Amino acid sequence: MKKLLVLVKQVPATENVKMDEETGTMVRTAMEAVINPLDLYAVEEAVRIKEQNEEDMQISVLSMGPPMAADAVKEAIAMGCDEGFLISGKEFAGSDTWATAYALAKGITALGEFDIVLCGERATDGETGQVGPMVGTFLDLPVLTYVSGIDRISGEEIVVRRAIEGGHEVVQASMPVLVSVVKEINEPRLPTLAGKIRARQANVPVLDDEDIKAEGTKLGLGGSPTRVVKIFYPTITRTGEIVSTESASVEVCVEQLMGFLKSVEIL
Amino acid sequence: MYKGVWVLGEERNGVIHPVSYELLAWGRNLADKLGVDLACVILGDHVRNQVQELIFRGADKVYFVNHAKLGVFRVDPYTRIVAALIEKYRPEILLASATTMGRTLMPVLAAKIHTGLTADCTELDVEPSARLLLQTRPAIGGNVMATIKTPEHRPQMATVRPKSKKPLPRDPSRRGEIVEERFGEEYLYSRAKRLSFEPDVTSETPIQDADIVVAGGKGLKDGKNFNLVFELAKALDAVVGASRPTVDQGWIPYSHQVGLSGKSVTPRLYVALGISGSAAHLAGMSSAEVIVAINKDPGANIFKVADFGIVGDLFEIAPALLEQLNQRSEKTSDSNGGTRDE
Repeated sequence: MKKLLVLVKQVPATENVKMDEETGTMVRTAMEAVINPLDLYAVEEAVRIKEQNEEDMQISVLSMGPPMAADAVKEAIAMGCDEGFLISGKEFAGSDTWATAYALAKGITALGEFDIVLCGERATDGETGQVGPMVGTFLDLPVLTYVSGIDRISGEEIVVRRAIEGGHEVVQASMPVLVSVVKEINEPRLPTLAGKIRARQANVPVLDDEDIKAEGTKLGLGGSPTRVVKIFYPTITRTGEIVSTESASVEVCVEQLMGFLKSVEIL
Repeated sequence: MYKGVWVLGEERNGVIHPVSYELLAWGRNLADKLGVDLACVILGDHVRNQVQELIFRGADKVYFVNHAKLGVFRVDPYTRIVAALIEKYRPEILLASATTMGRTLMPVLAAKIHTGLTADCTELDVEPSARLLLQTRPAIGGNVMATIKTPEHRPQMATVRPKSKKPLPRDPSRRGEIVEERFGEEYLYSRAKRLSFEPDVTSETPIQDADIVVAGGKGLKDGKNFNLVFELAKALDAVVGASRPTVDQGWIPYSHQVGLSGKSVTPRLYVALGISGSAAHLAGMSSAEVIVAINKDPGANIFKVADFGIVGDLFEIAPALLEQLNQRSEKTSDSNGGTRDE
């Protein structure tokens, strides 16, 4: 039997996110949240691997976040994953990508050995794309990023396609392996009613620092090498000429634009 | 003690890639403020005869590793070698480009050597007294900017987007030190290997290389209205760009997306149609030479970076502009015709 693990993150559903001005971290309470849209591709790929291989496969899901992040784990279960876990506790609050990846890697180790660890390219809130490769490194796995297709899984080897500058490369690696996938890999399914019922009934065990045997000094804000020191709104960088169809006709505005394009030698 | 600014050069298909020169422009400014050398570290299979160019483009030192096994970026050997060089020379800052290589190697390195990493910085500065790198990037949701420090861990690591800065002018009178580093098989082996490479077959100009970009946003209201953007782009001989919400809606493929989660562009002209201008979008286009914005909301952020803006209904303005441009091109071809007759 092969074991797969998918990493997911819960992200705000809207772009109206509040920041804590003191710590420079996100205020995660009291806002609508969903599974990171780009993680759906990793979940879908894991489910497809399970469906399309004759060998038995088991898919576990792991997330880290506040207790409500269990909902993101359940969304993955509804799509076809077998079981899910959540790393949660105040000791993890304020983690940067390094501390997040450290905790996730410890969590994976505590859950057992996996042949393929899958994740999305990046989360739509932080937009760093760093956690996946970092988790792979903490686990000492080969790291395959920008994977746009899995061609073959056989024995101890995996063959994938990576979308890189100028084309696609076909890469063979030994398992266990970490694979981060990009959008073009598949079309994520919608959960079935049966899947939703299964997810609702699923128990998502919460793991704390002791469960994952983590070193306290490497967790949360205190364990994070980076610090947000300032949050600000972007400043005005250009002072251009602005005309309005409130005060002039469309034709006049467009003529002025044409004149401007000539003045800067575009036309 | 950690000292010096490093940038991670990139070889692609046997040639030093221009992102290496962009990184030297970023690094030069920081090294001068700190009063230290700027070094470029570069791995590849054909770098030996090209590294002098890195000196001409701003480096004081080049550390290069030339080996047949380094011609294609592989995580394992690149990580071992760069980590070993960091251990040996101890730079205080390491910058890389947010290419698929930089976005893979940098987090792997940061995890391995236990230091902080900030992705996609749009601004880099130093606090000279504490010698701290100030890393600024659009944050959470893309509507605010965050400045990030790595107070205690070294090197301080950051990536910047390709095309986010112009390379310094080539100066063949610059002198610098070139050091070849050699590594054995225990550093060079990889758990992953390339079986083949299939180049993209497309005749389209990649958006990053376009001279003019005409981009559409949520203000288009519907995917089919992207036709208007395509027509304007055709009239201006431009490539079509798009904001993230339009791509998320499935109105246009991801390859057109401009912004933090898409491509960074630096065209001569960027025309934004119905784009409000989130910080994440501005991060991908605000270094265009000339920016034109058309939006019905006078308070839209995009006007803050525009050189020329029209506040109004894009469904009235864009067709009028298209007509003007088409009339103009007819006149131009008429006069050309006249010239041929003479």
